[in-house]
Amino acid sequence: MSHAHFFLIGLATLILSVGATGTAPASETIKIGVAGAHSGDLAPYGLPSLKAVQLVVKEINDQGGIHGLPVELLVEDDGCKPELATNSATKLVSSGVRAVIGHICSGATKAALPIYHAAKVLVISPSATAPSLNQDGEYPFFFRTIATDDIQAKTQVDFALQTLKAGKIAVLHDKGDYGKGLAEHAQSLIEQSGKAQMVLFEGITPGAVDYSAVVQKIKRSEAEALLFGGYHPEASKLVSQMRQKRITIPLVSDDGIKNDTFIKLAGKDAEGVYATGPADVASNPATKLYREKYKQIEGTDPGAFFNNAVAAALALTNALAKAMSADAEAVAHVLRTEKVATPFGPITFDAKGDPVGIGFSLYQVNNGQFVQIR
Amino acid sequence: MEYFFELLFSGLTRGSIYALIALGYTMVYGIIGLINFAHGEMFMIGAFTALIASSVLSIYHLPLPAILVLAGLAAAVWAGAYGFTVERLAYRPLRGAPRLAPLISAIGMSIFLQNYVLLAQTADFVPFPSLIPEFAFLEPYSAIINSSSLTILAVSTLVMTALTLLILYTRTGKAMRATAQDQKMALLVGINVDRIISFTFVTGSALAAIGGLLIASHIGQINFAIGFIAGIKAFTAAVLGGIGSIPGAVLGSFILGLTEAFATGYISSDYEDLFAFALLVLILIFRPAGLLGKATAEKV
Repeated sequence: MSHAHFFLIGLATLILSVGATGTAPASETIKIGVAGAHSGDLAPYGLPSLKAVQLVVKEINDQGGIHGLPVELLVEDDGCKPELATNSATKLVSSGVRAVIGHICSGATKAALPIYHAAKVLVISPSATAPSLNQDGEYPFFFRTIATDDIQAKTQVDFALQTLKAGKIAVLHDKGDYGKGLAEHAQSLIEQSGKAQMVLFEGITPGAVDYSAVVQKIKRSEAEALLFGGYHPEASKLVSQMRQKRITIPLVSDDGIKNDTFIKLAGKDAEGVYATGPADVASNPATKLYREKYKQIEGTDPGAFFNNAVAAALALTNALAKAMSADAEAVAHVLRTEKVATPFGPITFDAKGDPVGIGFSLYQVNNGQFVQIR
Repeated sequence: MEYFFELLFSGLTRGSIYALIALGYTMVYGIIGLINFAHGEMFMIGAFTALIASSVLSIYHLPLPAILVLAGLAAAVWAGAYGFTVERLAYRPLRGAPRLAPLISAIGMSIFLQNYVLLAQTADFVPFPSLIPEFAFLEPYSAIINSSSLTILAVSTLVMTALTLLILYTRTGKAMRATAQDQKMALLVGINVDRIISFTFVTGSALAAIGGLLIASHIGQINFAIGFIAGIKAFTAAVLGGIGSIPGAVLGSFILGLTEAFATGYISSDYEDLFAFALLVLILIFRPAGLLGKATAEKV
């Protein structure tokens, strides 16, 4: 039986079962893919998202599924590697998924998008923040439940200029898609502002044994603040070596370091480090509900992008239900026009697929924890 | 001028880190002509062993230097045992095989050990305590050098001297040189070649483990892949200095470390790898055996 044929039967069942009270045959399900890093050193970013989607889907299935059809999750591990992400995407598309929640890293998402686009599969990422993913509007079925890097960079630069009042700023990145993109946005924002001078702009080699040369260079540049685009392994080495050399300027970094591993790795040197991340929405009832559920099952607090993944799963399942069809265009239309309640409050999506209603906040490490300061 | 000295010490720190690993590479190559790609993994296993040992020891509230020595000992013994086993399992059965076979076996061993630690420990980075005490007399110079850089620098110089003395002036050293020259002939004059080769692997792995302890303490974090990344650079340094030569490995490491530091300091850290490898290519064009290497026709 061809995939197209199989898909048609699934679609027919979906439409027929609308409003029906009887349970659908066990073999008919709505397949949703979940792709991201579930192993490797970036797994701390991927696993919380997977758990979040599983929680939301379990709840929907317990209440009878979407129009009587249970949701089935197909999980693919891409390790945040573009070359694996294309494999995952091909596998998901050929197993007939209606939509994909993922991928986690921007690089992996970028590699996988053309495959989903060709198959008209809707993609909703909880964490891919590279603005370039949808800038040209070439992927009308791509959505995300996280604010993009240009907004994140703006939060960082505004903070460095207005609150820290830094007149000279050094910008470093890890040469990766995410870190470099963020650093370049920060660079252009600093130059546009005219209020500060960018004294250093460089990429550092991830995994290098020692960063003392570049640390000396920061010192010589007389920067009053350091912006770093990248992830926690490099950020923790960088801040530790800066403090060893008695350089006390503030470090402002991004979502890639805003996790417990960074604090564990940098230890006492983590104190006072600033990082941008999604707004703390702990008081939102939806947030509380899902975080409590997670805690009951796992016994710990959920990690990075958990709220974003809950939002992605809620938005997607809501749109699938309201669209009355699995057609990507119909689902995309619902996503763009109807507000859905998420851990971030009610959100919708703009023409490019970026969320309206999700922004960035600034956090600082205080006594071994990231605390929201604005 | 102050900036120059700061970069000089950065380069020396990097260089001595590479040297600690490169010494093991070059020693094994010098004796049996095998590029032991699993050597970086011994470094990583040593770091993990030291982490576990130091966590256990710190429960008993031992003083820091005692923890450092005991954890170093544990790491050296444990990694030495790994080195011995790896040689027995992966290289000895291929002793008479063409040169490429043990090389592939070494790469396989490296991948196996990395994934073994990944599964047995964790995929994430784990913090490594700073076991090297802060020396009070270094405080005025804290902007240019700290105690861990100084310790690494001292240990790599010490190890290089000890190895050179061992090879030049002891009975074992003589047997090692004989094995390096001609294994069959060494066997005929009564040298237990198998034991000499095992000894080489155990020593090399123990050295890598001590390097793992010191370097992890300097960096403050480890994961299963650190051996691969550091190993590639150390291997480059060994080739630069002339693989098989003990002083060559140290010289090559310092040249590599200094090149990277000055390229970062005066040009851009975007290009540090570019300069390091461009230098390697240049040196190999003019001195194919490396700076201090002996030109041999038949080795890979």
